[in-house]
Amino acid sequence: MSAAYSRAFAGILRREGLRMVRQRGRLLSALVRPLVWLAIFAAGFRAVLGLSPTPPYQTYILYETYIVPGLAGMMLLFHGMQSSLSMVYDREMGSMRLLLTSPLPRWFLLSARLLASVLVVLPVVYLFFLAARFWNVRPPVLGYVAVLPALILAGATLGAFGLFISSLIRQLENFAGVMNFVIFPVFFASTALYPLWRLEDASHWLALVAAANPFSHAVELIRFALYLRFDALSCAVVLGALAVFMAAAVIGYDPGRGFWGRREA
Amino acid sequence: MNALDIRNVSHSFGSVPVLRDVSLVVPEGRFAVLLGPNGAGKTTLFSLVSRLYHARTGSITVFGHDVRRQPAQALAAMGVLFQANTLDLDLTVIENLRYHAALHGLSRREAGRRAGIMLERLGVAAHRTRLVRGLSGGERRRVEIARALLHAPRLLLFDEPTVGLDPVARQDILTHVRDLCASDGLTVFWSTHLLDEIAPDDRIFVLEKGALVRSGEGADVGFVPEAVP
Repeated sequence: MSAAYSRAFAGILRREGLRMVRQRGRLLSALVRPLVWLAIFAAGFRAVLGLSPTPPYQTYILYETYIVPGLAGMMLLFHGMQSSLSMVYDREMGSMRLLLTSPLPRWFLLSARLLASVLVVLPVVYLFFLAARFWNVRPPVLGYVAVLPALILAGATLGAFGLFISSLIRQLENFAGVMNFVIFPVFFASTALYPLWRLEDASHWLALVAAANPFSHAVELIRFALYLRFDALSCAVVLGALAVFMAAAVIGYDPGRGFWGRREA
Repeated sequence: MNALDIRNVSHSFGSVPVLRDVSLVVPEGRFAVLLGPNGAGKTTLFSLVSRLYHARTGSITVFGHDVRRQPAQALAAMGVLFQANTLDLDLTVIENLRYHAALHGLSRREAGRRAGIMLERLGVAAHRTRLVRGLSGGERRRVEIARALLHAPRLLLFDEPTVGLDPVARQDILTHVRDLCASDGLTVFWSTHLLDEIAPDDRIFVLEKGALVRSGEGADVGFVPEAVP
Protein backbone atom coordinates (compact mmCIF):
# COMPACT_ATOMS: atom_id res chain seq x y z
CA MET A 1 0.00 0.00 0.00
CA SER A 2 2.88 2.39 0.77
CA ALA A 3 4.09 1.86 -2.80
CA ALA A 4 0.74 3.20 -4.03
CA TYR A 5 1.17 6.30 -1.88
CA SER A 6 4.74 6.95 -2.99
CA ARG A 7 3.83 6.42 -6.67
CA ALA A 8 0.88 8.78 -6.34
CA PHE A 9 3.09 11.41 -4.72
CA ALA A 10 5.76 10.97 -7.42
CA GLY A 11 3.06 11.37 -10.09
CA ILE A 12 1.66 14.52 -8.49
CA LEU A 13 5.16 15.97 -8.06
CA ARG A 14 6.04 15.21 -11.68
CA ARG A 15 2.85 16.88 -12.89
CA GLU A 16 3.46 20.00 -10.79
CA GLY A 17 7.06 20.17 -12.03
CA LEU A 18 6.06 19.82 -15.68
CA ARG A 19 3.37 22.47 -15.34
CA MET A 20 5.79 24.84 -13.63
CA VAL A 21 8.43 24.39 -16.32
CA ARG A 22 5.95 24.69 -19.20
CA GLN A 23 4.26 27.81 -17.81
CA ARG A 24 7.36 29.93 -18.41
CA GLY A 25 5.62 33.22 -17.69
CA ARG A 26 4.70 31.99 -14.23
CA LEU A 27 8.24 30.75 -13.61
CA LEU A 28 9.76 34.02 -14.76
CA SER A 29 7.38 36.24 -12.80
CA ALA A 30 8.02 34.18 -9.65
CA LEU A 31 11.69 35.17 -9.93
CA VAL A 32 11.37 38.67 -11.31
CA ARG A 33 8.79 39.90 -8.76
CA PRO A 34 11.10 39.73 -5.70
CA LEU A 35 14.05 41.01 -7.73
CA VAL A 36 12.06 44.11 -8.65
CA TRP A 37 11.32 44.67 -4.97
CA LEU A 38 14.96 44.17 -4.11
CA ALA A 39 16.33 46.34 -6.89
CA ILE A 40 13.84 49.22 -6.79
CA PHE A 41 11.82 49.23 -3.58
CA ALA A 42 14.75 48.37 -1.33
CA ALA A 43 17.05 50.86 -3.10
CA GLY A 44 14.67 53.68 -2.26
CA PHE A 45 14.13 52.63 1.32
CA ARG A 46 17.73 51.96 2.23
CA ALA A 47 18.38 55.72 2.26
CA VAL A 48 15.57 56.51 4.68
CA LEU A 49 15.34 53.39 6.78
CA GLY A 50 18.18 52.62 9.15
CA LEU A 51 18.05 49.26 10.85
CA SER A 52 19.62 48.79 14.24
CA PRO A 53 20.90 45.34 15.22
CA THR A 54 17.86 43.12 15.67
CA PRO A 55 18.05 39.33 16.10
CA PRO A 56 19.18 37.34 14.21
CA TYR A 57 21.46 40.12 12.91
CA GLN A 58 24.41 41.01 15.13
CA THR A 59 25.44 44.26 13.43
CA TYR A 60 23.82 47.13 11.59
CA ILE A 61 22.50 45.86 8.28
CA LEU A 62 21.43 47.33 4.99
CA TYR A 63 17.74 47.30 4.17
CA GLU A 64 18.38 44.82 1.34
CA THR A 65 19.69 42.33 3.87
CA TYR A 66 16.59 42.76 5.99
CA ILE A 67 14.12 42.45 3.16
CA VAL A 68 15.49 39.30 1.45
CA PRO A 69 13.89 36.74 3.85
CA GLY A 70 10.64 38.71 3.60
CA LEU A 71 10.78 38.53 -0.18
CA ALA A 72 11.46 34.78 0.00
CA GLY A 73 8.32 34.59 2.16
CA MET A 74 6.49 36.68 -0.43
CA MET A 75 7.53 34.22 -3.14
CA LEU A 76 6.08 31.36 -1.11
CA LEU A 77 2.93 33.33 -0.33
CA PHE A 78 2.31 34.28 -3.96
CA HIS A 79 3.15 30.78 -5.13
CA GLY A 80 0.73 29.35 -2.56
CA MET A 81 -1.98 31.67 -3.85
CA GLN A 82 -1.10 30.90 -7.47
CA SER A 83 -1.34 27.25 -6.61
CA SER A 84 -4.73 27.78 -5.02
CA LEU A 85 -5.79 29.70 -8.12
CA SER A 86 -4.81 26.70 -10.20
CA MET A 87 -6.86 24.51 -7.82
CA VAL A 88 -9.91 26.69 -8.51
CA TYR A 89 -9.09 26.56 -12.22
CA ASP A 90 -8.69 22.77 -12.06
CA ARG A 91 -11.99 22.53 -10.26
CA GLU A 92 -13.78 24.69 -12.80
CA MET A 93 -12.10 22.90 -15.69
CA GLY A 94 -12.81 19.51 -14.17
CA SER A 95 -9.30 18.11 -13.71
CA MET A 96 -9.67 18.39 -9.93
CA ARG A 97 -12.31 15.67 -10.18
CA LEU A 98 -9.68 13.29 -11.48
CA LEU A 99 -7.54 13.83 -8.41
CA LEU A 100 -10.46 13.51 -6.01
CA THR A 101 -11.78 10.28 -7.54
CA SER A 102 -8.49 8.50 -7.00
CA PRO A 103 -8.85 5.60 -4.52
CA LEU A 104 -6.37 7.23 -2.12
CA PRO A 105 -7.67 9.22 0.88
CA ARG A 106 -8.51 12.83 0.18
CA TRP A 107 -6.31 14.18 2.99
CA PHE A 108 -3.35 12.41 1.38
CA LEU A 109 -4.13 13.73 -2.10
CA LEU A 110 -4.45 17.30 -0.85
CA SER A 111 -1.28 17.03 1.26
CA ALA A 112 0.64 15.52 -1.66
CA ARG A 113 -0.55 18.30 -3.95
CA LEU A 114 0.50 20.85 -1.35
CA LEU A 115 3.95 19.40 -0.73
CA ALA A 116 4.60 18.95 -4.46
CA SER A 117 3.65 22.56 -5.04
CA VAL A 118 6.15 23.71 -2.39
CA LEU A 119 8.96 21.51 -3.70
CA VAL A 120 8.70 22.83 -7.26
CA VAL A 121 9.09 26.45 -6.16
CA LEU A 122 12.15 25.86 -3.97
CA PRO A 123 14.69 26.03 -6.86
CA VAL A 124 13.25 29.44 -7.78
CA VAL A 125 13.66 30.68 -4.19
CA TYR A 126 17.27 29.49 -4.20
CA LEU A 127 17.84 31.28 -7.52
CA PHE A 128 16.57 34.42 -5.81
CA PHE A 129 18.95 33.90 -2.87
CA LEU A 130 21.75 33.50 -5.40
CA ALA A 131 20.74 36.68 -7.24
CA ALA A 132 20.54 38.55 -3.91
CA ARG A 133 24.28 38.02 -3.49
CA PHE A 134 24.74 40.66 -6.19
CA TRP A 135 23.18 43.10 -3.70
CA ASN A 136 25.69 41.94 -1.09
CA VAL A 137 23.11 39.91 0.81
CA ARG A 138 25.43 37.08 1.79
CA PRO A 139 24.28 34.93 4.67
CA PRO A 140 26.57 32.11 5.87
CA VAL A 141 26.87 29.31 3.31
CA LEU A 142 25.46 26.81 5.80
CA GLY A 143 22.47 29.12 6.16
CA TYR A 144 21.35 28.08 2.68
CA VAL A 145 21.13 24.50 3.96
CA ALA A 146 19.57 25.41 7.29
CA VAL A 147 16.87 27.48 5.60
CA LEU A 148 15.59 24.53 3.55
CA PRO A 149 13.32 23.00 6.24
CA ALA A 150 12.13 26.51 7.15
CA LEU A 151 11.21 27.17 3.51
CA ILE A 152 9.37 23.84 3.24
CA LEU A 153 7.47 24.44 6.48
CA ALA A 154 6.63 28.06 5.63
CA GLY A 155 5.71 27.09 2.06
CA ALA A 156 3.46 24.28 3.26
CA THR A 157 1.67 26.60 5.69
CA LEU A 158 1.12 29.33 3.10
CA GLY A 159 0.11 26.69 0.55
CA ALA A 160 -2.38 25.20 3.04
CA PHE A 161 -3.74 28.71 3.55
CA GLY A 162 -4.17 28.98 -0.24
CA LEU A 163 -5.75 25.52 -0.36
CA PHE A 164 -8.26 26.55 2.29
CA ILE A 165 -9.01 29.79 0.42
CA SER A 166 -9.50 27.81 -2.81
CA SER A 167 -12.10 25.61 -1.10
CA LEU A 168 -14.08 28.78 -0.29
CA ILE A 169 -13.92 30.41 -3.71
CA ARG A 170 -16.84 29.53 -5.87
CA GLN A 171 -15.67 30.99 -9.16
CA LEU A 172 -12.36 31.85 -10.80
CA GLU A 173 -13.52 35.45 -11.23
CA ASN A 174 -13.59 35.92 -7.46
CA PHE A 175 -9.84 35.44 -7.22
CA ALA A 176 -9.00 39.11 -7.84
CA GLY A 177 -10.91 39.90 -4.66
CA VAL A 178 -8.81 37.40 -2.78
CA MET A 179 -5.65 39.07 -4.04
CA ASN A 180 -6.82 42.46 -2.80
CA PHE A 181 -8.42 41.49 0.46
CA VAL A 182 -6.28 38.56 1.58
CA ILE A 183 -2.80 38.48 0.08
CA PHE A 184 -1.89 42.17 0.25
CA PRO A 185 -3.02 42.68 3.88
CA VAL A 186 -1.26 39.47 4.89
CA PHE A 187 1.94 40.62 3.19
CA PHE A 188 1.97 44.28 4.22
CA ALA A 189 0.83 43.74 7.82
CA SER A 190 3.82 41.56 8.56
CA THR A 191 7.50 41.79 9.36
CA ALA A 192 8.44 41.05 5.74
CA LEU A 193 9.18 44.69 4.89
CA TYR A 194 9.72 46.35 8.28
CA PRO A 195 10.81 45.05 11.65
CA LEU A 196 8.24 44.94 14.42
CA TRP A 197 9.76 47.88 16.30
CA ARG A 198 9.42 50.05 13.20
CA LEU A 199 5.76 49.11 12.90
CA GLU A 200 5.35 49.86 16.62
CA ASP A 201 6.68 53.37 15.95
CA ALA A 202 4.06 53.86 13.27
CA SER A 203 1.04 52.22 14.89
CA HIS A 204 0.63 50.09 17.97
CA TRP A 205 -2.34 48.28 16.43
CA LEU A 206 -0.49 47.52 13.22
CA ALA A 207 2.39 46.10 15.27
CA LEU A 208 -0.06 43.89 17.18
CA VAL A 209 -1.58 42.61 13.94
CA ALA A 210 1.87 41.95 12.48
CA ALA A 211 2.96 40.13 15.64
CA ALA A 212 -0.08 37.86 15.40
CA ASN A 213 0.14 37.36 11.63
CA PRO A 214 1.34 33.79 10.87
CA PHE A 215 3.04 35.14 7.75
CA SER A 216 5.31 37.27 9.99
CA HIS A 217 6.33 34.10 11.80
CA ALA A 218 6.93 32.29 8.51
CA VAL A 219 9.24 35.14 7.47
CA GLU A 220 11.04 35.19 10.84
CA LEU A 221 11.50 31.41 10.69
CA ILE A 222 13.20 31.84 7.30
CA ARG A 223 15.21 34.86 8.48
CA PHE A 224 16.55 33.12 11.58
CA ALA A 225 17.31 29.86 9.74
CA LEU A 226 19.18 31.74 7.02
CA TYR A 227 21.50 33.10 9.72
CA LEU A 228 21.80 29.72 11.47
CA ARG A 229 19.44 30.58 14.32
CA PHE A 230 16.25 28.87 15.39
CA ASP A 231 13.17 30.86 16.37
CA ALA A 232 11.10 28.45 18.48
CA LEU A 233 8.10 30.77 18.78
CA SER A 234 7.86 31.29 15.02
CA CYS A 235 8.28 27.59 14.41
CA ALA A 236 5.45 26.79 16.84
CA VAL A 237 3.14 29.41 15.32
CA VAL A 238 3.86 28.23 11.76
CA LEU A 239 3.29 24.58 12.73
CA GLY A 240 0.04 25.50 14.46
CA ALA A 241 -1.12 27.53 11.47
CA LEU A 242 -0.25 24.63 9.15
CA ALA A 243 -2.39 22.26 11.25
CA VAL A 244 -5.33 24.69 11.32
CA PHE A 245 -5.23 25.61 7.60
CA MET A 246 -4.73 22.01 6.49
CA ALA A 247 -7.60 20.76 8.64
CA ALA A 248 -9.81 23.55 7.26
CA ALA A 249 -8.78 22.70 3.68
CA VAL A 250 -9.50 18.98 4.17
CA ILE A 251 -12.93 19.86 5.59
CA GLY A 252 -13.42 22.30 2.70
CA TYR A 253 -12.79 19.53 0.18
CA ASP A 254 -14.65 16.85 2.12
CA PRO A 255 -17.46 15.45 -0.04
CA GLY A 256 -19.90 15.39 2.85
CA ARG A 257 -19.06 18.19 5.22
CA GLY A 258 -17.32 20.89 3.28
CA PHE A 259 -18.03 23.68 0.91
CA TRP A 260 -17.19 21.31 -1.96
CA GLY A 261 -20.07 19.07 -0.92
CA ARG A 262 -22.54 21.93 -1.08
CA ARG A 263 -21.51 23.01 -4.55
CA GLU A 264 -23.64 22.40 -7.57
CA ALA A 265 -22.45 19.85 -10.07
CA MET B 1 -23.25 -9.82 -8.97
CA ASN B 2 -24.45 -6.25 -9.34
CA ALA B 3 -21.83 -3.82 -10.60
CA LEU B 4 -23.72 -0.83 -9.24
CA ASP B 5 -26.44 -0.78 -6.64
CA ILE B 6 -28.03 2.56 -5.76
CA ARG B 7 -30.72 2.49 -3.08
CA ASN B 8 -33.00 5.31 -1.97
CA VAL B 9 -30.51 8.08 -2.75
CA SER B 10 -31.69 11.65 -2.35
CA HIS B 11 -29.55 14.77 -2.60
CA SER B 12 -30.07 18.49 -2.47
CA PHE B 13 -27.98 21.63 -2.87
CA GLY B 14 -29.06 23.85 -0.01
CA SER B 15 -32.83 23.78 -0.06
CA VAL B 16 -33.01 22.73 -3.72
CA PRO B 17 -33.66 18.99 -4.10
CA VAL B 18 -31.72 17.52 -7.01
CA LEU B 19 -32.28 13.79 -6.58
CA ARG B 20 -35.36 12.21 -5.00
CA ASP B 21 -35.24 8.67 -3.68
CA VAL B 22 -33.38 7.17 -6.64
CA SER B 23 -32.89 3.40 -6.64
CA LEU B 24 -31.39 1.42 -9.50
CA VAL B 25 -29.30 -1.67 -10.11
CA VAL B 26 -26.84 -2.29 -12.95
CA PRO B 27 -25.92 -5.98 -13.31
CA GLU B 28 -22.32 -6.90 -14.12
CA GLY B 29 -21.44 -6.87 -17.80
CA ARG B 30 -24.39 -4.76 -18.91
CA PHE B 31 -24.46 -1.52 -20.87
CA ALA B 32 -26.81 0.70 -18.89
CA VAL B 33 -28.02 4.11 -19.99
CA LEU B 34 -29.10 6.90 -17.66
CA LEU B 35 -31.35 9.00 -19.84
CA GLY B 36 -32.67 12.42 -19.00
CA PRO B 37 -32.79 16.03 -20.09
CA ASN B 38 -30.29 18.63 -18.91
CA GLY B 39 -30.85 19.42 -15.26
CA ALA B 40 -32.42 16.03 -14.49
CA GLY B 41 -29.70 15.22 -11.94
CA LYS B 42 -27.54 12.86 -14.02
CA THR B 43 -24.24 14.57 -13.21
CA THR B 44 -25.15 14.81 -9.53
CA LEU B 45 -25.87 11.08 -9.45
CA PHE B 46 -22.50 10.39 -11.13
CA SER B 47 -20.80 12.69 -8.63
CA LEU B 48 -22.33 10.73 -5.76
CA VAL B 49 -21.28 7.39 -7.24
CA SER B 50 -17.73 8.64 -7.85
CA ARG B 51 -17.65 10.11 -4.30
CA LEU B 52 -17.21 13.72 -5.30
CA TYR B 53 -20.21 14.27 -3.02
CA HIS B 54 -21.51 12.16 -0.19
CA ALA B 55 -25.00 10.80 -0.53
CA ARG B 56 -26.85 12.23 2.47
CA THR B 57 -29.47 9.50 2.37
CA GLY B 58 -29.50 5.99 0.96
CA SER B 59 -26.55 3.85 -0.08
CA ILE B 60 -24.38 3.26 -3.15
CA THR B 61 -22.32 0.10 -3.63
CA VAL B 62 -19.93 -0.79 -6.43
CA PHE B 63 -19.33 -4.54 -6.76
CA GLY B 64 -20.48 -4.87 -3.15
CA HIS B 65 -18.22 -2.09 -1.82
CA ASP B 66 -20.04 0.77 -0.13
CA VAL B 67 -18.79 4.01 -1.69
CA ARG B 68 -18.88 5.80 1.65
CA ARG B 69 -17.41 3.10 3.89
CA GLN B 70 -15.01 1.44 1.44
CA PRO B 71 -14.19 4.27 -1.00
CA ALA B 72 -10.76 2.89 -1.95
CA GLN B 73 -12.14 -0.45 -3.17
CA ALA B 74 -15.16 1.15 -4.82
CA LEU B 75 -13.13 3.82 -6.63
CA ALA B 76 -10.45 1.36 -7.72
CA ALA B 77 -13.16 -0.70 -9.45
CA MET B 78 -14.49 2.19 -11.51
CA GLY B 79 -13.19 4.23 -14.40
CA VAL B 80 -14.79 7.64 -14.63
CA LEU B 81 -15.22 9.93 -17.59
CA PHE B 82 -16.71 13.29 -16.70
CA GLN B 83 -18.81 15.51 -18.88
CA ALA B 84 -16.18 18.26 -18.78
CA ASN B 85 -12.69 17.67 -20.13
CA THR B 86 -10.40 16.62 -17.29
CA LEU B 87 -7.17 16.28 -19.24
CA ASP B 88 -4.32 18.62 -18.37
CA LEU B 89 -3.86 20.74 -21.48
CA ASP B 90 -0.23 21.57 -20.65
CA LEU B 91 0.79 17.93 -20.52
CA THR B 92 1.22 15.45 -23.37
CA VAL B 93 -1.12 12.51 -23.85
CA ILE B 94 1.28 10.03 -22.27
CA GLU B 95 2.02 12.39 -19.35
CA ASN B 96 -1.70 12.66 -18.65
CA LEU B 97 -2.06 8.89 -18.66
CA ARG B 98 0.99 8.42 -16.44
CA TYR B 99 -0.43 10.93 -13.95
CA HIS B 100 -3.70 9.01 -13.76
CA ALA B 101 -1.82 5.72 -13.43
CA ALA B 102 0.22 7.14 -10.56
CA LEU B 103 -2.97 8.20 -8.75
CA HIS B 104 -4.05 4.57 -8.99
CA GLY B 105 -0.73 3.28 -7.66
CA LEU B 106 0.61 1.81 -10.90
CA SER B 107 4.38 1.75 -11.43
CA ARG B 108 5.82 3.91 -14.20
CA ARG B 109 6.75 0.86 -16.26
CA GLU B 110 3.33 -0.74 -15.92
CA ALA B 111 1.67 2.61 -16.68
CA GLY B 112 3.71 2.94 -19.89
CA ARG B 113 2.85 -0.61 -20.96
CA ARG B 114 -0.88 -0.25 -20.33
CA ALA B 115 -1.00 3.24 -21.82
CA GLY B 116 0.55 1.91 -25.04
CA ILE B 117 -2.11 -0.81 -25.28
CA MET B 118 -5.03 1.49 -24.50
CA LEU B 119 -3.95 4.29 -26.80
CA GLU B 120 -3.55 1.72 -29.57
CA ARG B 121 -7.02 0.31 -28.92
CA LEU B 122 -8.59 3.75 -28.98
CA GLY B 123 -6.71 4.71 -32.13
CA VAL B 124 -4.76 7.61 -30.64
CA ALA B 125 -1.32 6.01 -30.22
CA ALA B 126 0.10 8.39 -32.82
CA HIS B 127 -0.68 11.34 -30.53
CA ARG B 128 1.21 9.88 -27.58
CA THR B 129 3.75 12.69 -27.28
CA ARG B 130 1.52 15.56 -28.40
CA LEU B 131 0.28 18.21 -25.99
CA VAL B 132 -3.42 17.69 -25.26
CA ARG B 133 -4.03 21.34 -26.11
CA GLY B 134 -3.40 20.50 -29.78
CA LEU B 135 -5.90 17.62 -30.00
CA SER B 136 -9.44 17.79 -31.39
CA GLY B 137 -12.47 17.24 -29.15
CA GLY B 138 -12.93 13.67 -30.42
CA GLU B 139 -9.26 12.82 -29.91
CA ARG B 140 -9.36 14.22 -26.38
CA ARG B 141 -12.39 12.06 -25.59
CA ARG B 142 -10.59 8.96 -26.85
CA VAL B 143 -7.58 9.80 -24.71
CA GLU B 144 -9.89 10.21 -21.72
CA ILE B 145 -11.46 6.81 -22.39
CA ALA B 146 -7.99 5.26 -22.66
CA ARG B 147 -7.13 6.90 -19.37
CA ALA B 148 -10.32 5.67 -17.69
CA LEU B 149 -9.42 2.11 -18.71
CA LEU B 150 -5.80 2.32 -17.58
CA HIS B 151 -6.19 0.86 -14.09
CA ALA B 152 -8.34 -2.03 -15.39
CA PRO B 153 -11.67 -0.99 -13.87
CA ARG B 154 -14.72 -3.26 -14.03
CA LEU B 155 -17.30 -0.47 -14.12
CA LEU B 156 -17.12 2.50 -16.47
CA LEU B 157 -19.03 5.62 -15.46
CA PHE B 158 -19.39 7.86 -18.49
CA ASP B 159 -21.19 11.16 -17.90
CA GLU B 160 -22.45 12.51 -21.24
CA PRO B 161 -19.19 11.57 -22.98
CA THR B 162 -20.35 12.65 -26.43
CA VAL B 163 -21.37 16.19 -25.53
CA GLY B 164 -19.84 18.72 -27.92
CA LEU B 165 -18.72 16.14 -30.48
CA ASP B 166 -19.78 16.03 -34.11
CA PRO B 167 -22.06 13.10 -35.15
CA VAL B 168 -19.21 11.06 -36.65
CA ALA B 169 -16.98 11.37 -33.57
CA ARG B 170 -20.01 10.69 -31.35
CA GLN B 171 -20.88 7.44 -33.15
CA ASP B 172 -17.23 6.48 -33.21
CA ILE B 173 -16.84 6.86 -29.43
CA LEU B 174 -20.07 4.97 -28.77
CA THR B 175 -19.01 2.09 -31.01
CA HIS B 176 -15.62 1.89 -29.32
CA VAL B 177 -17.14 1.74 -25.84
CA ARG B 178 -19.76 -0.85 -26.85
CA ASP B 179 -17.01 -3.01 -28.36
CA LEU B 180 -14.97 -2.73 -25.16
CA CYS B 181 -17.98 -3.65 -23.10
CA ALA B 182 -18.60 -6.73 -25.26
CA SER B 183 -14.97 -7.87 -25.60
CA ASP B 184 -13.78 -7.26 -22.02
CA GLY B 185 -17.04 -7.93 -20.16
CA LEU B 186 -17.01 -4.43 -18.69
CA THR B 187 -20.07 -2.83 -17.15
CA VAL B 188 -20.88 0.60 -18.54
CA PHE B 189 -23.12 3.21 -16.93
CA TRP B 190 -23.58 5.82 -19.63
CA SER B 191 -25.55 9.02 -19.17
CA THR B 192 -27.00 10.94 -22.08
CA HIS B 193 -29.93 13.03 -23.21
CA LEU B 194 -29.64 11.72 -26.77
CA LEU B 195 -32.08 8.98 -27.74
CA ASP B 196 -30.03 7.73 -30.67
CA GLU B 197 -27.31 6.51 -28.29
CA ILE B 198 -29.63 3.80 -26.96
CA ALA B 199 -29.55 0.21 -28.26
CA PRO B 200 -32.47 -2.24 -27.86
CA ASP B 201 -30.62 -4.52 -25.44
CA ASP B 202 -29.41 -1.71 -23.15
CA ARG B 203 -30.69 -1.38 -19.62
CA ILE B 204 -32.43 2.01 -19.49
CA PHE B 205 -33.10 4.32 -16.55
CA VAL B 206 -35.03 7.50 -17.23
CA LEU B 207 -34.39 10.37 -14.83
CA GLU B 208 -36.64 13.43 -14.76
CA LYS B 209 -36.43 16.29 -12.27
CA GLY B 210 -34.31 14.16 -9.97
CA ALA B 211 -36.65 11.18 -9.89
CA LEU B 212 -36.38 7.85 -11.69
CA VAL B 213 -39.57 7.72 -13.74
CA ARG B 214 -39.03 4.59 -15.81
CA SER B 215 -36.58 1.69 -16.12
CA GLY B 216 -36.22 -1.58 -17.97
CA GLU B 217 -34.71 -3.18 -21.05
CA GLY B 218 -34.42 -0.89 -24.04
CA ALA B 219 -36.78 -3.02 -26.08
CA ASP B 220 -39.28 -3.68 -23.28
CA VAL B 221 -39.51 -0.36 -21.55
CA GLY B 222 -42.05 0.92 -24.04
CA PHE B 223 -39.77 3.81 -24.66
CA VAL B 224 -40.92 6.44 -27.10
CA PRO B 225 -38.71 9.39 -28.00
CA GLU B 226 -41.42 11.88 -27.00
CA ALA B 227 -41.29 10.62 -23.42
CA VAL B 228 -38.19 12.63 -22.61
CA PRO B 229 -37.97 16.29 -23.56
